[in-house]
Amino acid sequence: MQNILEFHEVDYAYHSMDGEVPALENINFTVGEEEFLVIVGPSGCGKSTLLDLIFGLLQPEHGSVIGDPDAVGYMLQKDHLFGWRTIEKNILLGLEIQHRLTPDTRAYATELLKKYGLYEFRKKRPSELSGGMRQRAALIRTLVTRPQLLLLDEPFSALDYQTRLNVADDIGSIIRSEKKSAILVTHDLSEAISMGDRILILSARPGTVIRTIDLAFNPALSSIERRETDAFKQYFSELWKEMNQLVP
Amino acid sequence: MYHKNLSAQELYVRRQKHTKIVIRVVQLAILFSFLILWEVSASLGWIDSFIFSSPSKLYICFRSLLASGDLTGHIGITLLETLVSFALVILTTLVITVLLWLNKPLSKIIEPYLVVLNSLPKSALAPLLIVWLGANYKTIILTGMSVAIFGSILNLYTGFMETSPDKIKLIRALHGNTAHVLFKVVLPANIPNLFSIMKVNIGLCLVGVIIGEFIGSKQGLGYMIIYGSQVFKLDWIILSILILCVIAMLLYFLLGRLEHRFTCE
Repeated sequence: MQNILEFHEVDYAYHSMDGEVPALENINFTVGEEEFLVIVGPSGCGKSTLLDLIFGLLQPEHGSVIGDPDAVGYMLQKDHLFGWRTIEKNILLGLEIQHRLTPDTRAYATELLKKYGLYEFRKKRPSELSGGMRQRAALIRTLVTRPQLLLLDEPFSALDYQTRLNVADDIGSIIRSEKKSAILVTHDLSEAISMGDRILILSARPGTVIRTIDLAFNPALSSIERRETDAFKQYFSELWKEMNQLVP
Repeated sequence: MYHKNLSAQELYVRRQKHTKIVIRVVQLAILFSFLILWEVSASLGWIDSFIFSSPSKLYICFRSLLASGDLTGHIGITLLETLVSFALVILTTLVITVLLWLNKPLSKIIEPYLVVLNSLPKSALAPLLIVWLGANYKTIILTGMSVAIFGSILNLYTGFMETSPDKIKLIRALHGNTAHVLFKVVLPANIPNLFSIMKVNIGLCLVGVIIGEFIGSKQGLGYMIIYGSQVFKLDWIILSILILCVIAMLLYFLLGRLEHRFTCE
């Protein structure tokens, strides 16, 4: 299996007039094809910084990030659909920016809209859709640019609990069926276990990888089904203990 | 009962419509009772109609000025100067604000200057502009611009800077560059802001143009007001003021319609 992203001994610090704040220290990990990596850690452990580094919005101060930022799609905490555009126009935004609006890519966008139940809503404004549908639209907006790797920065944190479970299930299965790799950053331990192939635990600032947990679930299980297994409970208590040691 | 066959929704709609009609009626009633009170008190001698004029005197004055063809010329000139200075203000504001947005250090450098120029009473500048540039329509247009421009740059720039950083990050996340950030997010997100700035500015431009006409013009409503005060034709002054009210209302209304079309498209 080929790696599509590699981090080698990466350090990063923020600078202000008050001094230097180290955010990440000696980060090493890899992501393979079709792998779903989840990153958890206490708040302020530099998770978002990590995503910005992968995406090339920031450059590491030390070490190297190997990967192709152009093949990365970034999904932010909120859907950020533009109120002045229809759903369809929102979804085409990435293609528009990258000058890749062709009959082919349009057809792919339409295919995704149909496949994920948004086709009838394509002429609607974002405000007319439910939270879950908006999140799905945001995912399609990222998918139409055909990224290899998806970065999900707490994409469900703005949703209520019930919607959150459903949307996470939904988005997880879309990502798997489209055969993408993904990195999910989250605070929610059960979300991490229900969605990931592997969990990376970061320590508090400066963030550094303190443990990796490989999750061995039956690949046929959806994220909601995973939550009902015994393995899920074991992983949860393992992760829980690990996280509690981090927070004094 | 009368309302028996109406659903709650129909009742609600009916009540809303009723409230709307009442508001309109009261608004018109205020206007007409003011006009009637004015007319009556002038004709009964409660107020001096030479100083305060009266609706009937104003109407006669309006008819005769209109017949001589002077009035349309004055109105046309003031309107034209206002519209030109307004268009120039919006254009200049957009260009300068975009430049400031692109160059943050520049904006920091000139911010205090903008603030000072904005709080300066611009009527104080008008005499100077007339001396520098001469008593012509260009000076008057510039006076109109000077009243509005600094405030609108400051306002629009604030709007630009308040554009959600996450939306900007989204454009970056879709591999967009600064031009994309500007045209896909910052400008569209600021359209409502731009319209509210325009609504304020159309009035300010009118103010500036009138100030300019007070000082250095042989035409326009501002000139009519000054001339009227010099020869004690108070009818002219009051008529000009009323026409200005109508112009201001009309321009504001047109902008409102434009805004509606733009935002509901």
